Amino acid sequence: MRPVYAVSGGVSKFARARPDLDFRGMVKEAYDYALTDLHLTPQHAREIVDGTICSYFSDHFTRQLKAGSMVQDYLGLCPKPGKRIEGGGATGGLAVQSGWEAVASGRFDICVVYGFETMSRVNTWKGNEFIALASDTNFDYPVGGFYSGYYAMMVVRHMKEFGTTVEQMALVSVKNHRNALHNPYAQKRREITIEDVRRAEMVAWPLTMLDICVMSDGAAVLILCSEDGLNTLHRATGRTPLPAKITGVGGGLDAMRMADRPHGEVILLPHERPEDYRGLKYPGVHSFRAGRTAAKAAYQMAGITNPLEELDFIELHDAYTSSEIQTYEDMGLCRYGEGGKFVEGGMPFMPAVDYGVHFPEQGRIPINPSGGLIACGHPVGATGIMQGVFALWQLQGSIRAHFGSDVLQVKNARRGAIHSHAGTGTYVVISILERGD
Amino acid sequence: MSENRVPEDDEGTVLFRVPLPKDPGALKGLAPLIIKHHYEIDYIHSYAQDSPFFAGLANQRLLGTRCGSCNYTYGTPRAHCMECGRPCDWVDLPQEGQIHTFTVCHYGSEEFLKETPYILALIEFPGVDTLFLTRVVGLDPQASSLDWIGMRVKARFRRLSTFRPTDVYFVPIGT
Ligand SMILES: [Zn+2]
Repeated sequence: MRPVYAVSGGVSKFARARPDLDFRGMVKEAYDYALTDLHLTPQHAREIVDGTICSYFSDHFTRQLKAGSMVQDYLGLCPKPGKRIEGGGATGGLAVQSGWEAVASGRFDICVVYGFETMSRVNTWKGNEFIALASDTNFDYPVGGFYSGYYAMMVVRHMKEFGTTVEQMALVSVKNHRNALHNPYAQKRREITIEDVRRAEMVAWPLTMLDICVMSDGAAVLILCSEDGLNTLHRATGRTPLPAKITGVGGGLDAMRMADRPHGEVILLPHERPEDYRGLKYPGVHSFRAGRTAAKAAYQMAGITNPLEELDFIELHDAYTSSEIQTYEDMGLCRYGEGGKFVEGGMPFMPAVDYGVHFPEQGRIPINPSGGLIACGHPVGATGIMQGVFALWQLQGSIRAHFGSDVLQVKNARRGAIHSHAGTGTYVVISILERGD
Repeated sequence: MSENRVPEDDEGTVLFRVPLPKDPGALKGLAPLIIKHHYEIDYIHSYAQDSPFFAGLANQRLLGTRCGSCNYTYGTPRAHCMECGRPCDWVDLPQEGQIHTFTVCHYGSEEFLKETPYILALIEFPGVDTLFLTRVVGLDPQASSLDWIGMRVKARFRRLSTFRPTDVYFVPIGT
């Protein structure tokens, strides 16, 4: 396999609705930003791009089948090859990995990975219905199942099993909303408190409106290159971009119905021992086996044996405050059951941002410095790609250039991870990115 | 919803004509036109290999499946074993179990909004390896508590079947 580099990205600001631009226009906005950052004209890009990966989740929201073909022609990239990737909430992260595969295999030297979602086209509860169709439509959806309800059941079991509290979950919301104050791309930029989260309207006990990400319109683009692709870019622009190398990819799946998840033994990471988990039935409905499987593979490929020590930041899929806590554990930042204490100690907060709370270990490993899905929004097909763009900017040290402020710049970031997750942990992908210099 | 606001819905005005500036150069400033587009469809859905489960509910039977090879028992049926790939056989499940986890839905998909608040729970059965998603009736949705986990519940069946999984629901034992 050849080394693969992320070289540039763009995000079309996520918003509740973008009636001024359809999916093609939003992708074009993100694409032009990514090209400008490379000092590459669309005409030049048309000559040197080898192919594309298209990412969007729901044909119900789009109500335009084969929307990828329409984006391709709008970007002026016909007749180059491309394909669409779909995997629920993880669609964007899967698309980044498909782009990696296309370049690593030698098929493409320069690959444009783009994604979008247009969720404003129906009301919020119809939107919830569309998303709920991504659960078993014989046994789960018709009972009144919907995603906030599923995640609520998962965290209720986590609370029972490990003593996780709603206040610990609320801290994730405080962190992500507060971080987003400094991210101009974020949809929700608010200073909120634990009390605000708990006083917000209840959606599915114990999750309130502020424990849950919102629906969005938006698009994102990430450009991936081989070493030959970097040389081609250099010839085209006279410049060498500061790349981030993708050094690890991992993925995993789990049974669609939560009811079907086994109660067996924990899949261990290199720094864990079987005696850490005596008597714990795994994954049950409290943990994401696919997330642990993805982490294990990505860490192994990147040579990471202790993620807390060896990663500088993570952009992870916080569709729910609860799933961010559960993901700390899947990714081995703490042991299973300790996710609540991990956030309470301040570990996943930015070291120099004031959250109005005192933490003993603030900023050990910033998680979702961008504000995550909870604050940035979650236009599904764009989300994982947005994480890739933000991770690239962190590793380039270019957050100030793109955000207009370096408050969210993780100092000396050398290695980060992006984590994308589909409904109740059915698809999870993790990619590791490192500074390319 | 805040009290000093008129509730919004999807209703708009039907518009047949719209003014347009003569100068094509001014058209980029035109506000987006937003129309309502109706879409509705009836699917012909077969429960296929899951059919006996729904026929069972119509006859007051709660059916799961058991792998003939490794004996893994499914609280939500599947025709083939997820552990070993062999075909499963249909078995009657116990009609009593306990709440493994739950939530109270104050919102839901549009189709179910009118039924909120309702309680969803995953039920565990003795001797069964996987769980079953159902509604629990007979608990106060406003009194949700982790103490509900482990509560013993029993199946009840709708007298008039709808051939949906809600033909069975669970109630606390002793009510
Ligand atoms: Zn079997």
